[in-house]
This record gives sequence, structure tokens and C-alpha cells, in this order.
Amino acid sequence: MNSLANGLLLAEEATSHALTVPFLRFYVFVLAGFVGYQIITKVPALLHTPLMSATNAISGISLVGSLVAAGSQHSTYSTWLGFIAVTAATINVVGGFMITDRMLKMFKRHERK
Amino acid sequence: MNVALELVQALVAADPAAVDAHLAAPAADGLRQLFIEAAYLTASVLFIFGLRGLTTPDKARRGMQLAAVGMLVAVIGTLIDQRIIDYTWIMVGLVLGSGIGAAISIWMPMTAVPQRTAISHAFGALAATLVGIAHYDQITRVQGEVIDQVTMAALGFEVMFGSLTITGSLMAFGKLQELLPGAPITYKFQNASNIGLFVVAVLLFVWLVVTPSDTAMHAVVFYLMVLVGLAVGVLIVIPIGGADMPVVISLLNSYAGLASSATGFALGNNVLIIAGALDGASGFLLSILMSKAMNRSFANVLFGAFGGTTATAAATSTEGLTVRSVSVEDAATQLAYARNVIIVPGYGMAVAQAQHQVRELADLIESRGGEVKFAIHPVAGRMPGHMNVLLAEADVAYDKLVDMDEINGEFPRADVALVIGANDVVNPAARNDPASPIYGMPILNADQAQSVIVLKRSMNPGFAGIENALFYDPKCSLLFGDAKSSLTKLVAEVKTA
Repeated sequence: MNSLANGLLLAEEATSHALTVPFLRFYVFVLAGFVGYQIITKVPALLHTPLMSATNAISGISLVGSLVAAGSQHSTYSTWLGFIAVTAATINVVGGFMITDRMLKMFKRHERK
Repeated sequence: MNVALELVQALVAADPAAVDAHLAAPAADGLRQLFIEAAYLTASVLFIFGLRGLTTPDKARRGMQLAAVGMLVAVIGTLIDQRIIDYTWIMVGLVLGSGIGAAISIWMPMTAVPQRTAISHAFGALAATLVGIAHYDQITRVQGEVIDQVTMAALGFEVMFGSLTITGSLMAFGKLQELLPGAPITYKFQNASNIGLFVVAVLLFVWLVVTPSDTAMHAVVFYLMVLVGLAVGVLIVIPIGGADMPVVISLLNSYAGLASSATGFALGNNVLIIAGALDGASGFLLSILMSKAMNRSFANVLFGAFGGTTATAAATSTEGLTVRSVSVEDAATQLAYARNVIIVPGYGMAVAQAQHQVRELADLIESRGGEVKFAIHPVAGRMPGHMNVLLAEADVAYDKLVDMDEINGEFPRADVALVIGANDVVNPAARNDPASPIYGMPILNADQAQSVIVLKRSMNPGFAGIENALFYDPKCSLLFGDAKSSLTKLVAEVKTA
């Protein structure tokens, strides 16, 4: 996605960059939100709880930002904030995926063992 | 492949020199960047595949495993980022977080799913907020530069939504875990002061964007906005009662996603934007579904003015009417000889942790030749899908769990509707009493069954304080007591019937 963005940017080198980049990000946001909405309307009410823990685990992707904050050694302050953020986001990622799996494992059709 | 493996080993060994050695080829930076972007793109695609898996119960697990792989790819991709100099605290955080997350998800009882969901929104928002603060601090204080307005807007959004989601989710957690009173906490001018405070937060946000960030004042206002955000989070959730939690949790889910997305805008990271947008869309959609199922307008939900309606309770007059209580023996006989039974579970079943006994009773009725289905109201329980998860845990096959719209036509054919700890979702006043505060809310038509048995702790009106005309219906009988012990007794009786 970013390389596409870069390509478009190069083509428009002469024009103002100041707004193009944020605008491309906004495209990504809107389109992703639209895709999400379309898919999620098809998720049956049966799975709404696992859905919520799944999206929660996925949005634990803020771990990616936390990692950079914790490891870039700009200041002790940002290292600490980053460390707490890494811990909190990892709890969500690991816990979220594990509990979603634990829940989904329980949903069975007809015959029980 | 081997190179990638060695790279991962170097990462695991937390050795930045080794990581760099693997990427120190000419044009390493470009290669590195390409690798990271490819990892993020892969992750984004896998996330979408994962969510698509959730549209069919049979494919859901596999889908989510793909999404988990996507997450792993994104994390590994990030770890080779050249801005990361030291891996010590990263590794400590990853190990600590994995341990806590795994422990919670292994040992947490399924009845605690709403609480866990609420607190996980707090963790997600905390991560986004702290990344935002660290980012702000790095540009303004460490590098001593001026933040451009677009980045400041993204940062402000991230930190404001993040901070209000942290405390809002903690309050929701406190209510669900019963550390805080579940009933709404209200005081005079509550809505006015909440809106006022929110306006203050927005004004601070606007000021931060339009004012150059190179003054000491700017940082003061920035942290002030964080504090105001934290306060707003507390104040908008305390007036909300337990029964409205499905809406609140969905809304906080959406906010946590938006905070992640804003982090992506501030850092210029597309995978964050995409994952946050997916989360935000999901929470948004669930809040709409939940508020529809409670007959609340979406504006009503957005401004957190809910809970207010409960003040005008008790419209239906039930004076002079009597309820008919039933003995365990009689109820058991009714169930034992019923051909069609529809069970309506509610929050009471979750509180009593009676899902296993419910399943036992259903099995027993089926072994005697009856047919049992479960009628699931969208807002039964404390979060979307709460009842489904509990019953699935008790080994009820999911094709027996039927959504409201589908099952409502079947009630007239049911010999018995067995209502377990549900109240408002079967209150016929929602259909035929315009004066009732829940008038217009879609309900399960349990009152149309041939007979109704309600398992109930006592005659105290339900959470919303609204009288339920169903209980006074001549064909309805009430079996008082804790749902779990009542069901255990019913099972024993049906066995001998």
C-alpha cells in the first residue's frame, strides 16, 4: 500500500506533499473501514462475542507502534511509556487470540462427543 | 528462507548487532523498508481473511489462526526497524504481556468474558495513548522540533480517544466485575456537565492543532487534554446501568479501534490504520445492532445519555394482579411431556452460572422425544453474543441457538417457553404499552407460547425497574429460586417423570 503511495507521490513530486500523504492514509482508512463493515455485517449474531475479542486482538497491532517507542532509546521517559505500551498491547494480542480460539473451539454443530 | 530464519533467531536472542549484520548489505535500508512494508501488507490481508472466517462458524478457528500469523509477521517485520536500537525492554514487555495474556485466557471462566472484553479495550487504548504521548514527547522535547498540524491532529485524536477509552473501559470493567455498583450513578446536571467537559476536551484539541508546539504552554495543554479525556471516560460510563452494557462495550470497542487507527495516522503506518479501521467498523456496527435491539436511537447512544430513560420506570400498573407460582414437580411434569420447548436464557442464567444445568435439562427433554430450541435476544446478557458463548461452553450445539427474528414465529407452536433469568427481553409491554419506557423494543414473543414457566429469583422488578406483564399472564407460572438449584431440581424430577 505504501509503495503505491510512494509511486503516486513520485508522480506528483512537483505538487504539494503536505496534504497528499495524509490524504492517501485517509483513503486507506476509509477503504479498510468499508471492507470491515461489509465483512462484519455477514458475521452471525452467534459469533458476536468471539468477533469482539478477535477485533480486539487485531487492534492490538498498536504493539507495532509500542515496539518502536520502547526500543528507539530517545529518552528514558519514552522507553518506559513504550515498555508499558508493549506489555499492554501484548496482553491484548496474546490473550485476545487465545481466548477467541478457546471460544470458537466450543461452537459445535449437532453431535456432542 | 535460511536468512529469514537466522534473522528471527537473532531477534529472539535480542541482539541488535546480529540483526543489523543480516541486513547490512548495500542498500540495506531500502531492503529493510521493503521487508517491513511487505510484512505489514501480509498482515493486513491476513487480518481481513481472519475476520472473513468469522462469517461461518466452521471456518472461524482457521481464519483466526491466519490472523494470528498475520500479527506475528507484523511484529517480526517491526523488530527489524532500524529505529529500534535496544531490545531489552521490548523483550521484557513481550514476555510479561504474553504471560499475563495467556494466563487470563486460560484460567478465566467463560462467564467473565464481558469483563475481560472491557478490560482489554482499556489495555488497547492504554497502548495507543502511551505511544501517542511518547511520540509527542520525542518530537517536541527530545528533538525540539515543531509538530506539523496534520501529525498533531492525529496525535490529539489518538490521545483523546485513547484516554477516554482507558477510563471508560475500566469503569465498565468495574461494573461488570461488581467492584462498582451496577446501577446508574446519577447526579444533578450530569448530562450538561458531561457535554461541557467534552466540549472543553475538543477545544483543547483544536488549540493544540492551531498553536505551534514550540512553547512550554503547548505541552501543558497536551497533558491537560489527556487528563480531561480520562475524566470524560469516567463520567460518561458511571451513569450507565448494567443492562445497557452491550451498547457501551461495543462503543468502547469502536473507540479503541479508532485510537489505534489514529496511532497509524500519526506514525504513518498503514497496518495500524487498517487494523484500527476494522476494529472501529466492527464496534460501530455492533453498537448500531445493540442500540436497535434496545430501541435506542444511535444519537442517544453516541452522546452517552442512556440510562436516563430508566428514571421514568413503572408504567404498566400491575396492582390487583397476582402471579401464579408453581412447584418444581408441576413444572417438571409440564416440561417432561412437552413436545416443543423454547428456552429463553437471560443474564440471570449467567449470574447463576446455570448453563450446564440448562443443557442437561434440554438433553433430558430431547431424550424423551421433545424438541428444544434456544431463543437468543441480541441484548440478552452483558455483551453481544454473551448467551451464545455460555451455551456453547455447556456443549449446546450452535444450530439450536436461534436468533430473535427467526424464532419469534415459532413461539405459538411451543408447548412451553422456559424463561431463565430474562426479564425485559420478554416483556410484552414493549409491544403493546406505549407508556412503557421499553415500548418499541423488539422482544422475544414468549407470551405467545402455549404456556410459560419463568425461573426467577424473586419478584423484585428487573434491572430497569419495569414491571413485566408476562408474569401476571394466566398461562404463566413462576418457579422461584436460584436458577442453578431450580434447574438441578427440575432435572432430577424430569428424570423420574
